[in-house]
Amino acid sequence: MVIDQDHISQLLEEVTDPEIPVISIRDLGILRDIKIENDQIEIVITPTYSGCPAMLEIEKNINNTLKKNGIENFKIATVLSPAWTTDWMSEEGKQKLKDYGIAPPNPTGESDIQCPNCGSYNTILVSQFGSTACKSLFKCEDCLEPFDYFKCH
Amino acid sequence: MNENLFNYILQQADNCLILGQRLGEWCGHGPVLEQDIAMTNIALDLIGQSRMLYQYAAEVQDEGKSEDDLAYLRDAWDFKNVLLVEQTNGDFAKTILRQFLFDSFNCPFYEKLKDSNDERLAAIAEKSHKEALYHLKWSSDWVLRLGDGTEESHERIQNALEELWSYSEEIVNPSEADDDAKEKGYGVDLDAIKSERTDKIKEVLEEATLAVPEGTYNHSGGKEGKHTEYLGYILADLQFLQRAYPGNEW
Ligand SMILES: [Zn+2]
Repeated sequence: MVIDQDHISQLLEEVTDPEIPVISIRDLGILRDIKIENDQIEIVITPTYSGCPAMLEIEKNINNTLKKNGIENFKIATVLSPAWTTDWMSEEGKQKLKDYGIAPPNPTGESDIQCPNCGSYNTILVSQFGSTACKSLFKCEDCLEPFDYFKCH
Repeated sequence: MNENLFNYILQQADNCLILGQRLGEWCGHGPVLEQDIAMTNIALDLIGQSRMLYQYAAEVQDEGKSEDDLAYLRDAWDFKNVLLVEQTNGDFAKTILRQFLFDSFNCPFYEKLKDSNDERLAAIAEKSHKEALYHLKWSSDWVLRLGDGTEESHERIQNALEELWSYSEEIVNPSEADDDAKEKGYGVDLDAIKSERTDKIKEVLEEATLAVPEGTYNHSGGKEGKHTEYLGYILADLQFLQRAYPGNEW
């Protein structure tokens, strides 16, 4: 078995955000780098929000996933700069969020957020803060469903 | 140990921890669910920021201590937070106004700290600035809404302003650590923040139809460890578990 970046990257696909279990840490942009030097592996991650309680869980899951697959020679490094941004979220990740019922970050602003339930753009912000630090709360004026919006950050 | 750097980091770390703890007191008591969640979310951001700072402070201190030692095992006179953040929550209007006075500092503070010649502080600032911007948006929106709202909401936030006004300036008045930080380039120039902040406060208060109090007296002492009676009670709550069961972990 060759331990290269692709292999590790594939293994880490199964490490997801504990609060949004459909999206992997790579899709979210939390996984910044996989460095391999002389059999020593370094997994570089960055927090979404500074108080994000999921980070500890994510580190644990990276740890378990790699060990489960026979990889022992690694360490996990957390970097703060450059600061995490939703621009790093993959297109695939955005689609997964949508399918899960969360409106993905919308770079053009908060006036045209699409309802993940019925597809309408006739939506309003209910609260700047939602169920987790990364989300705010919206409501669809057409189907009347409330929904989470993953904030641009 | 570089004592000025250590104190400089603690000033901000303590501000964030104590205000985070205060906001956390609202958990389950907010006026409406959405704002209850807003306050606890902001608390979480602030405590996250304080953790990054305490981790760094513990390294600078170099005595084999951790972020937890700094948060849970120091006494009131070792805390460097400004008196503003330890003031009681009062009603929602007072909490909002306290938050606004803090955010109007926190935002430009982190923005300028991004240029620190200390890489670690610059990285923490880069991360925290985005969060502070969002907090400021929330608190200034609410100052407007309450000030320019009903007669009662206006009266309440005007009262809060009278009560907290004399605690507003301390945060932009330099301590020994602030002076050292500015001179050596690892910290910010508080004078520059002061004018930017004063403009922002004036602008929001005016739009909110609130009258700036006439008093010019300013409380001070927090940065030197001289606190109001409130801090002791906050720490009694915050530190109880580690004091009663040293080293206990979740
Ligand atoms: Zn809808």
